[in-house]
Amino acid sequence: MPSGAGAPLLAASDLCLVRGGRELFRDLSFDIHRGQLWQVEGANGAGKTSLMRILAGLSRYGFDGRVQRRAPLLYLGHHSAVKGLLTPRENLAWHVSGAGDWSDADIDDALARVGLCGYEDVASHTLSAGQHRRVNLARLYLCRAPLWLLDEPFTAIDRGGVGELEAVMTAHVAGGGAVVVTSHQALQVDCEVRSLRLGAGGAQ
Amino acid sequence: MSAPSTTRFCLRLLRRQLVLAVRRPAEMGNPLLFFAMVVALFPLGLGPAPEALAGFAPGVLWIVALLASLLTSDNVFRGDFDDGSLEQLLLAPQPLYLGVLAYIGAHWLVSGLLLSLVSPLFALMLNLPAAAIPALVCSLLLGSAVLSLVGCIGASLTVGLRRGGMLISLLVLPLYVPVLIFGSAAVQAAVDGLPVAPYLAILGAMVSLGIALAPLAVAAGLRISIDA
Repeated sequence: MPSGAGAPLLAASDLCLVRGGRELFRDLSFDIHRGQLWQVEGANGAGKTSLMRILAGLSRYGFDGRVQRRAPLLYLGHHSAVKGLLTPRENLAWHVSGAGDWSDADIDDALARVGLCGYEDVASHTLSAGQHRRVNLARLYLCRAPLWLLDEPFTAIDRGGVGELEAVMTAHVAGGGAVVVTSHQALQVDCEVRSLRLGAGGAQ
Repeated sequence: MSAPSTTRFCLRLLRRQLVLAVRRPAEMGNPLLFFAMVVALFPLGLGPAPEALAGFAPGVLWIVALLASLLTSDNVFRGDFDDGSLEQLLLAPQPLYLGVLAYIGAHWLVSGLLLSLVSPLFALMLNLPAAAIPALVCSLLLGSAVLSLVGCIGASLTVGLRRGGMLISLLVLPLYVPVLIFGSAAVQAAVDGLPVAPYLAILGAMVSLGIALAPLAVAAGLRISIDA
């Protein structure tokens, strides 16, 4: 599907956010179409996470502007949403259960692809922070939502994992999806990266 | 891939909550232990005369059950709020009303239901007449469901606060009052040999009203807490 075809998956218009007496961004308008990869950049405290939560619909008050969501979306935030008392398999099965019916084989396959083969049945509290993150990121292999909102997905992920994650994002964009990602590091992907810079000069 | 049916989603959520509860047996046992400890304190404070204890038993058992339920309701959403699971529940393409109902149902199963089932033991400790025990169990089964429904409203509003324990009591205790009145009155009626059914019917009406309205309030409370 060519970039920018059809109605946008998500349209934000005139977003304006003030936090603690400081204006984080104003008059922020953009359309996210299929086949686009957006990177939200900005210094710490520039409002990247706040913007992602507004786009996801978790923040519904306290900002001006309008967000129109026309497609199902997947939001992965700072918290891993992994329960220490459940095993990775149970955690992942629960995470994806709202959006689809997946067999145990699908779940195990997704866990194997994020390098958690052999850890399916251990209690998650024995896993490291990076492995928690990987349980969460395994959702990307099962998710059918066209729009992904990933807030700092590379946190605690090792170098190999970052490469795989970039490959998944590239494949998703090539397959007609869209990704919005916040990250401080440059993305090594084979597609155009649109930059949304939050900061002193407003958004560009 | 189509979205799974809402019923299946809710059953999965209920099972997840129950698995989590079973894997933390200490937290499940705490309200029961609390119940036993407080009931054991009354003979020490009021004097061990069996007749006096029997007179106080309906009210005492109900108040302690109410406090035990309050003790656990603070934690219903706390863990899921802290680790981000609650955000994902809010974003899941499923009606939040039914998801919330699954949370409340799980809370009732591991607190109210267990408490009702062991209550005859505590009733004997306080010398409640045996004839009143069925009424006690029935009124607790119905009443504790209302306590769970109302307690979860308080929990959803205070989940974003670090120390919501005191606030939740202030929010929720006034709403517990009608349950306490009709619950203990049901047991008292059974002690006096009067019909119990009208009291149980009123408790049943409260459960119905709670199931219809409380999840709406909880869902709104969760959205506010996540937003803050």
